[in-house]
Amino acid sequence: MGFLDITNVTKSYGNVEVLHKVDVEVQEGEFLVLVGPSGCGKSTLLNMIAGLEDITSGDISINGRVVSGVHPSKRNIAMVFQSYALYPNMTVGQNMTFGLEMHGVPKPEREKALADVSKLLQIEQLLDRKPGQLSGGQRQRVAMGRALVRDPDVFLFDEPLSNLDAKLRVDMRTEIKKLHEQLKTTVVYVTHDQIEALTLSTRIAVMNGGYIQQLGTPREIYDTPANIFVATFMGSPAMNIVPAKIKVDNGVVFAELTDAEGQPKLLRTVQSNLAAWDGREILLGIRPEAITDPDGADRKSTHLERLDNRITVTEPAGSDTFVTMTLGGRDVIGRMRADADAAAGQMFEFAINMEKAVAFDPQTEDRIRPD
Amino acid sequence: MAHHSTEVDFKTKLQDWIPKLVLSPSVAMVLVFVYGFIIFTVYLSFTDSRMLPSYEMVGFANYDRLWGLRAWWTAIDNLFVFASLYIVICTIIGLTLAILLDQKIRGEGGLRPIYLYPMALSFIVTGTAWKWFLDPGIGLENTMHLWGWESFKFNWIKDRDYAIYTVVLAAVWQTSGFVMAMFLAGLRGIDNEILKAAQIDGASNWSLYRRIVIPLLRPAFLSAFVILSHLAIKSYDLVIALTGGGPGRATELPATFMYSYTFTRNQMGTGAASAVIMLTTIAAIMIPYLYAELKEKR
Amino acid sequence: MSVATQDTAISTGKITRALIYLVLLLFALFYLLPLFVMVANSLKPLDEITGGNMLALPQTWTIEPWLAAWSTAQIGVEPTGLRPYFINSILMVVPAVAISTILGAINGYILTKWRFKGDNILFGLMLFSCFIPFQIVLIPMATVLGKIGLAGSIPGLILVHVVYGVGFTTLYYRNYYAAVPSELVRAAMIDGAGFFRIFWRILLPLSGPITVVSVIWQFTNVWNDFLFGASFGGTSQPMTVALNNLVQSSTGVKEYNVHFAGAILAALPTLIVYIVAGRYFVRGLMAGSVKG
Repeated sequence: MGFLDITNVTKSYGNVEVLHKVDVEVQEGEFLVLVGPSGCGKSTLLNMIAGLEDITSGDISINGRVVSGVHPSKRNIAMVFQSYALYPNMTVGQNMTFGLEMHGVPKPEREKALADVSKLLQIEQLLDRKPGQLSGGQRQRVAMGRALVRDPDVFLFDEPLSNLDAKLRVDMRTEIKKLHEQLKTTVVYVTHDQIEALTLSTRIAVMNGGYIQQLGTPREIYDTPANIFVATFMGSPAMNIVPAKIKVDNGVVFAELTDAEGQPKLLRTVQSNLAAWDGREILLGIRPEAITDPDGADRKSTHLERLDNRITVTEPAGSDTFVTMTLGGRDVIGRMRADADAAAGQMFEFAINMEKAVAFDPQTEDRIRPD
Repeated sequence: MAHHSTEVDFKTKLQDWIPKLVLSPSVAMVLVFVYGFIIFTVYLSFTDSRMLPSYEMVGFANYDRLWGLRAWWTAIDNLFVFASLYIVICTIIGLTLAILLDQKIRGEGGLRPIYLYPMALSFIVTGTAWKWFLDPGIGLENTMHLWGWESFKFNWIKDRDYAIYTVVLAAVWQTSGFVMAMFLAGLRGIDNEILKAAQIDGASNWSLYRRIVIPLLRPAFLSAFVILSHLAIKSYDLVIALTGGGPGRATELPATFMYSYTFTRNQMGTGAASAVIMLTTIAAIMIPYLYAELKEKR
Repeated sequence: MSVATQDTAISTGKITRALIYLVLLLFALFYLLPLFVMVANSLKPLDEITGGNMLALPQTWTIEPWLAAWSTAQIGVEPTGLRPYFINSILMVVPAVAISTILGAINGYILTKWRFKGDNILFGLMLFSCFIPFQIVLIPMATVLGKIGLAGSIPGLILVHVVYGVGFTTLYYRNYYAAVPSELVRAAMIDGAGFFRIFWRILLPLSGPITVVSVIWQFTNVWNDFLFGASFGGTSQPMTVALNNLVQSSTGVKEYNVHFAGAILAALPTLIVYIVAGRYFVRGLMAGSVKG
């Protein structure tokens, strides 16, 4: 039993079920990120944990107490909203202590909590200002401060960084991670940004269409995605999905795919149970960083395959150069070193790290797991 | 250790009910005083009520009588003339002023309030002012005579055939500034880049307005039409103050007809029937409009 | 609808611009003329009006007509002047505006932040009630006011104005509160504030601008009302009805100058509001075309 248990939870609006039997167990001190495209049900789930939306069926318990029907203010949670939801008419200090005031905490204690938290977040100099006078980043801090002051069992974050500009978002991300490492409070964090999910979380729940597609550590999610949705949603540029045919030759399993000219090319796979797919189509998933120029390839890899192919487009991105080619009839992106000698229209020798390749069943789109 | 709290806590439950409880007096008020009363008036229109409400049903007799009355037909004719002129003239003046004011006019800030202030006045004040200003004995006609234009004649307010136009004049004076403000807001809401694009496409000033700007003002036209038509049908005070419905019955409108039939001629059933017809007319205009407006905002 | 951010101005020649200014000024004259006539003639002795030019400034300036209109003119049968009616209007307007605004604020709050099934229908019903021709409720209202003993009294008029004003005030606050993020309410809920506390501590402190709009709108409407005043005023008639009685009285000499002074007195409160807070007045008018 975890610290925050979500057991068999569903949510329906009328006849439409938007969340289907969700089960998550969050341990104390964990940082769980709910990630998925808009409309996947992640915010609904968060709001249900907060008590802002009713649970249609199932149970949620926090710290050993079933909270269905308990008012949001009595669940001992705190929430940071996307728009920050700072009360515009109150000063920063009043904003942060409003919750304590509502809970009847005596003034000296409120002042103490406010002083501690504002010191922690370095917003002491802002306490007398109104939210309208703050910058985006400052508002974000105040919103977090308002949550921290409550010293809750669980922090809920609803896309807290999506209103910030790119640079500030990265800074605040680090800030949140630091805070979590320092305070070790349980966090449930909703975002549609997969990088936020990977960088912040101890575990990730990838959601789509009201289902949790995969629940696991960032490494598990990234390296061994449960299905094509997870594989392509997490990571940028997205994982390449290439149709290939399995060929077994002398006990060696090859994936056969066509190059830009339509010629068949063989890549040796490391996954021996794919032999069962001999002669059948699979979908091969290869992350862009597993397709490199030979000099940029991972030296520790035991299964580097070489493949000649024509380059369609190159996109220098400063630190790397992204190269697009046609493989298996689809656009496939590889990541070269910035100084790799790649130019559009040229033939080029690529190194493919087959250790990192994954295979999917084209019918179910689920990953074909190695034995 | 988990202890199941199956009973929803009391405060949460109460919180669900408070909003409905607090809203209910207003809802009850509106249901009784608006919709209950409407039903009652509709009911009365089917009874033989005279000085006091009576509960003797007479079917459509009041409606039959109503449509047979010269006075009612006069009121309907007048409303038709008044409403169409009022709406058209207000729209033309409002649109013209708005477009002209939108040409980076120096002193716009001073002109706008001058155009709009009549809207702050009571129709009774407007009626009084125009009543004496249009009075041939002391008003405009007299002034022109004093200025040496002896043959000038302007006695519409005393003339059965023309008096209704003086009502139009005063009503336009009162509301056209407001229509201007509506169009001006519409004009200011148009995306400047569209206009730049049209100018780059080589549209002349005239075609810029005719082809791009005025079509984009469609919502403002619609709002203006709805507001003006409902004001026209409700017009009562202005006629009372300006002409008192006269000369004779020349400027009687349905609103004044209803009042005099119900309260001074003791024909309550007929009065109720006329009120029902007024309501139906307004509902036919307002309900689709309100429905569309509310639909639009989620 | 937003105001004054950009012009759709076109480039024009000098002559066209001169014409534009000419037209605009002519219209300004048209709108100002009646006001000028009222003011100028309210400061003339009566014989200057009957024997002179209405568009001329007074030759002898006098405030007699104003004093007469205020305290001695014959209203109906009593030579009381408009003063008692002015007081009636004040006594009626203040509570009517206050009550309908408070109700509108709380209704708007519920209809946007505590939504429930069917709330839109209720709002639609309230909204439509703003636009009904009041003739449709005159008969039952007269009956009911009589039955509950409020006929011909100021409380009766207050009730009527609250009932038929609450739709508009609700519309204003609803549109205004719709723009206040619901996350604010959710945050306050998590912070432990209840229904009333959220309204009092979070929403109401933000409501300054819309309250001004609502108060001005209601003030103007109630002050300028004639139909309800004439129908249910009885012995407590408001200013508009008294002015009409003064002007329409058929006995004696028509004291035009007193009529004009009376008309200005009746217009003064709303004109002052318009001059002081014209921006909000316009916003109120605009919201009357439903869009917020």
